Amino acid sequence: MKSDMELMLGNEAVARGAYEAGVVTVSSYPGTPSTEITEFISKYDAGEVYCEWAPNEKVAAEVAIGSSFAGARSMCCMKHVGLNVAADPLYTVSYTGVNAGLVFVVADDPGMFSSQNEQDTRFHALSAHVPVLEPSDSEECIKFTKLAFDISEAFDTPVILRLTTRVAHQRSLVEKGERSQNVKPYKKDIWKYCMMPAMAKKRHIAVDARQKRLAAFSAGAKEDLPFTIPNVVDYAKDSKKKIGVITYGICYQYSREVFKDASFLKLGLTYPLPDDLIREFAANVDKLIVVEELEPFIENHIKTMGIEVTGKQLFTNQGELGTVAIRKAFFGEEPKCEALGEDVAIPPRPPVFCAGCPHRAVFYVLSKMGLRVCGDIGCYSMGAQAPYQGIDSVICMGASVSMAHGMTKAMAQCGEIDKQKTVAVIGDSTFIHSGITSLIDVAYNKGISTTIILDNSITGMTGHQQNPAMGFTIRNEQTVATDLVKLANAIGITDVQVVDPFDMKAFREAVKGATERDNPSVIIAQRPCALLKYVKYGGPAHIDAGKCVKCGSCMRLGCPAINKKEDGSIVIDASQCVGCGLCFGLCPRSAISK
Amino acid sequence: MKSDNINILIVGVGGQGTLLASKFLGAVAKMAGRDVKVSEVHGMSQRGGSVITCVKIGKKVYSPVIDMGEADVMLSFEQLEAARWIGYLKKGGKVITSTQKIEPMSVVLRQAVYPDNVIEGLKKSGAEITAFDAFSVAEECGSGKAVNIVLCGVLSKLIYDIPEEIWLEALKNTVPAKLYDINLKAFMAGRSR
Repeated sequence: MKSDMELMLGNEAVARGAYEAGVVTVSSYPGTPSTEITEFISKYDAGEVYCEWAPNEKVAAEVAIGSSFAGARSMCCMKHVGLNVAADPLYTVSYTGVNAGLVFVVADDPGMFSSQNEQDTRFHALSAHVPVLEPSDSEECIKFTKLAFDISEAFDTPVILRLTTRVAHQRSLVEKGERSQNVKPYKKDIWKYCMMPAMAKKRHIAVDARQKRLAAFSAGAKEDLPFTIPNVVDYAKDSKKKIGVITYGICYQYSREVFKDASFLKLGLTYPLPDDLIREFAANVDKLIVVEELEPFIENHIKTMGIEVTGKQLFTNQGELGTVAIRKAFFGEEPKCEALGEDVAIPPRPPVFCAGCPHRAVFYVLSKMGLRVCGDIGCYSMGAQAPYQGIDSVICMGASVSMAHGMTKAMAQCGEIDKQKTVAVIGDSTFIHSGITSLIDVAYNKGISTTIILDNSITGMTGHQQNPAMGFTIRNEQTVATDLVKLANAIGITDVQVVDPFDMKAFREAVKGATERDNPSVIIAQRPCALLKYVKYGGPAHIDAGKCVKCGSCMRLGCPAINKKEDGSIVIDASQCVGCGLCFGLCPRSAISK
Repeated sequence: MKSDNINILIVGVGGQGTLLASKFLGAVAKMAGRDVKVSEVHGMSQRGGSVITCVKIGKKVYSPVIDMGEADVMLSFEQLEAARWIGYLKKGGKVITSTQKIEPMSVVLRQAVYPDNVIEGLKKSGAEITAFDAFSVAEECGSGKAVNIVLCGVLSKLIYDIPEEIWLEALKNTVPAKLYDINLKAFMAGRSR
């Protein structure tokens, strides 16, 4: 190993690759497991790379497209569900192609570590006819990102760099290279960049031709290009008597550990697939298998080629694969693992609201009021859990506002008497992402639902990114802040209240009033995330054991810092308590103080 | 254990500093001239949930993930987490766990009970168990946050082919300069156990 190698996070390596490729513009919306890419980009000099948090992935993609047309290499990064939001521009920029290189980095989340579904980005790529590169470690994250820009320019196409959680959030050794930047001149060309029917019909022909050409190049056809496609064939000795594995990305790493004596076709480019290469590989092995996570994307393609292949009949398309799952599927082997020597009932430990979290107060009140709550995507989705059980639905970014409107309309239409008791709960960043258009729908179509915007002054869930409501950019420069009150007013909602959720009485009154009135309303629950550095509550509180009657009122907050001991006494864990004081007012004996 | 092929599983509760431990071990492996891969959990699981991090060190490492039955050694920051993840240990593997207890929300709400036989269950397994109150040791060294480094100190004794100088140099490169003394104390406290 070379001494100057660095142990680098996959996401940082993507940022590094883009930097070395001379990327000029990066626009993204945060989303696990893709967030750190753009955060690392923002550490490069502002004179070299322009970067921004966009309000959502569609905007991010369009910013990158504009920048590519202008002649600068450009990138947008998002999680898998973010590509649904950016799908509209993706499908059409596939037609126009690019000027300078354009890369969509999309991070899928098999196993749903932090997501609401397990969709497979490769099907978007197939449908939009956009090539997909899939790195399997940090070194490839750098190489493939650079290659993505080269392919983009050589084949006049946007390129998707697809990561999965295990690639994005692994660290492995890399060697850094130098940055080289090559800007292209802008040239007006409506037949290429204005997609109206007459032009788009011509471009669709170009898309199909491009795809065939890239598939052939990927399979080894000669072209006068300064790069090759990283599909690597590695035959075992006596390969015709042995298994041949076709795989890619993290599944390659798992497979290498499991199949010690097999031949490998490791695909760097998983769309379009290299038919001739696959055919040749299949002919040179005894039994062909495909190891892939989520959908049988490669396998289905091979089957359409009339080649016999084993794959998904041995796996589900749910969750992650791993060495154990692969061994079990192909060899029927169970893992030889250690086990506890006696029965221990292990309680689960799901994530919870942090001590001092402003959302705790919101859900404490909402669950006491017994309202129907349409939830949204963010930390506050944990309000669905015990002890609050304060959320009825979670679908996608922004859905809370429009779903509460739909529920309220349906209830009214069907003559339900409690029609006014549905509220939407949405975070500040999520509201800007795609809650605004939903709120316009409520106002425009004479809805009466109540939208509660949890304004904690940050994008919390993904680890603290700036957003337009804060008045700071990704580089922490001051900028204009979206005024949520004025915004609500401007779209026609005048019933707007701003309250501190820690004043639970006032918050409850605000919600009660808003849900009783026969008009659309917005409540902005304003208090910063407790993890923000400037939020200081002055250290832990304690419980006066002499005053405490062990009634458990404070426990109902579900605060991780408040514990009940075996003897029923209640204590505050000083290592966890931040001293926010939310529990003080709940104690009937005023036993909690600092 | 030798550093030419060792899988280390680090388990704990979100916010306990598992990521710093993996960063430290990664730096050690790199300085020892080994291949190394680390797999981390980010996002939702960090909010006080159960978290695992994998560190794989060897001549050549493919998968960054440690699956069931693949860990040679487990560093556990909290006893219940050691019990939860023990299936990821190879038969006869080693467990280094703090005896610290952090109650999950289900226990806080009295919907579940924190079992009182966790350490017994671990000790009656086939694994080799080292259990002690690493939190108190860390506090004595100057900060309860140094539990991660105390546990790495214990581990350092087990990986006999990497000399102490490399561990100390890597530690210096991993922790903030102003916290080096506390962490050095914590590391040596673990190493001398």
